[in-house]
Amino acid sequence: MTQLALVIDLNVCVGCQACVTSCKEWNTSGDAGPLVDMNPYGADPTGTFFNRVQTFEVGEFPNTETVHFPKSCLHCEEPPCVPVCPTGASYKRKEDGIVLVDYDKCIGCKYCSWACPYGVREVDAQRRVMTKCTLCVDRIYDQNLPEWDRKPACVRACPTNARLYGDIHDPNSVVSQAIRENGGYQLMPEWGTKPANHYLPRRKTRITVREDELERADNPLKIDSKLPKPGRDEPSLDDVTSW
Amino acid sequence: MHPAFSVLFLTTLIGAGQGLFLALFSVEVYSEIGLVPAPGSDFFAIGSLLSLALLGLGLFASFFHLGRPERAWRTATKWRTSWLSREVIVLPAFMGMVFLYGLAHWLQFNPPLGVLPGDNFLLLTVVLGIVGTLLAFALFVSTAMIYAAVKFLQEWHSPLTVVNYTLLGAASGFTLATALAAWAGTGLVPFLAGWAIILTLLGLITRVASLIRNAHIEPKSTLQTAIGVKHPVIQQKSQGFMGGSFNTREFFHHRSPGFMRATKWIFLISAFAIPVLLLALAMAMTVDPTNVLIAAFAIQYLGLLAERWFFFAQANHPQNLYYQSVS
Repeated sequence: MTQLALVIDLNVCVGCQACVTSCKEWNTSGDAGPLVDMNPYGADPTGTFFNRVQTFEVGEFPNTETVHFPKSCLHCEEPPCVPVCPTGASYKRKEDGIVLVDYDKCIGCKYCSWACPYGVREVDAQRRVMTKCTLCVDRIYDQNLPEWDRKPACVRACPTNARLYGDIHDPNSVVSQAIRENGGYQLMPEWGTKPANHYLPRRKTRITVREDELERADNPLKIDSKLPKPGRDEPSLDDVTSW
Repeated sequence: MHPAFSVLFLTTLIGAGQGLFLALFSVEVYSEIGLVPAPGSDFFAIGSLLSLALLGLGLFASFFHLGRPERAWRTATKWRTSWLSREVIVLPAFMGMVFLYGLAHWLQFNPPLGVLPGDNFLLLTVVLGIVGTLLAFALFVSTAMIYAAVKFLQEWHSPLTVVNYTLLGAASGFTLATALAAWAGTGLVPFLAGWAIILTLLGLITRVASLIRNAHIEPKSTLQTAIGVKHPVIQQKSQGFMGGSFNTREFFHHRSPGFMRATKWIFLISAFAIPVLLLALAMAMTVDPTNVLIAAFAIQYLGLLAERWFFFAQANHPQNLYYQSVS
């Protein structure tokens, strides 16, 4: 079974919002109709977005860290939003695990958004149906695009490669390796929704350097003190005169 | 959650309609076995019509909750998994049964369908009433389970939700039936008012129980699990946009804590205390208590609207963890 998903590397995300605008651009230009923007230049603008980048501050000043946190539909493997739908408009594709809304069947009752703990479904005020991330289903299978371009718009837009895309059920995929090797985790695991999208935690890169790695402890010349010991900062020609 | 008036009217109106039907059928059963004086068949016909009107108004209100009401017929398809779909099926079925029940009484078309032990006839209206009663309870369960089944809303995810919807709907329906009985001049006021008081007091007990339960809920999700960072101090600095969105509108009531507290006391007094006093007063009155009972129902209904508003507003959705700071 295939389960397409995104893996988002919080260690790399710089919060530039490129994925947000790229997502909006792609999805507002598609066959399903535009994502509404109401009052865009007025006092209280509002609109539909499938992807948001939020910012959190972790810790207390001065020991704080800024975490930029992109959030879109997690395409859960146990999607709680699907069984509650009274019309079957909300469904999960068997072939690739993408959770979608059939915009022609949706009655806009908003019940599925109540049943999503992540708040990633938004009613489009103009189309009056529930909308959500499609994992760019109209892009990833498009035979007119070159193969390297058949990825979600947000993934293509990310300048720091913080968004990885692939099949998390294939152990050799780039996303499975990233989850396995970099401590990938799911959001709100307490609800048992099994989100397909994973997040890679913030990581500190540390190298432990011991004193004997700075000085060659086993240098035979040093033991015998045959040569005068030059200063640490003095230039040396070769191993003989060096530390 | 944001309390939408369409849903407030839907749940309170059909609750009263179901309760009224249950009251009518209780009267029929009690009068069949001779425990209360039998009212004329007009009483049942008018009562059924009133119940149908309430159910119809509720159904009408529910359409305002939908973005695409013209597709509402599709909601009947996923009854295997969705309580909303089940409600959509049970509500018209129940309305049909109330219609048939009222029609049978109005036409006085009541042939015996069988013989019960003790030489009692099994009448058509009794059979319709039993089916209607089962559907009324199925509708109470379906409506309440729409809310109780959403495990993310911990304030709703409790059997108390189902008990409250049932008892509060039944209580308001019995109060209305008492007013109807007084208006029709039947001798049923003490019987119906007594049951209305009992149901209202039972509803008060279970509603207060759910208030106590909800006051002690520990949220299952925290900001730590929401973004997966294990640090006790996390603050949101930006939710990703400056304006509003569906997420900031649908999941919060946008009222002050003082307004919430006031609403709680208003519904406790208006849905429970005043109706019980007025019903007791009506039982003790020697003159015609119709106006007092109509007032009791009106005040109880307004109180239940406030109760439903509070029910929605009190539920705290975990998605709100992601929308706490604008800039």
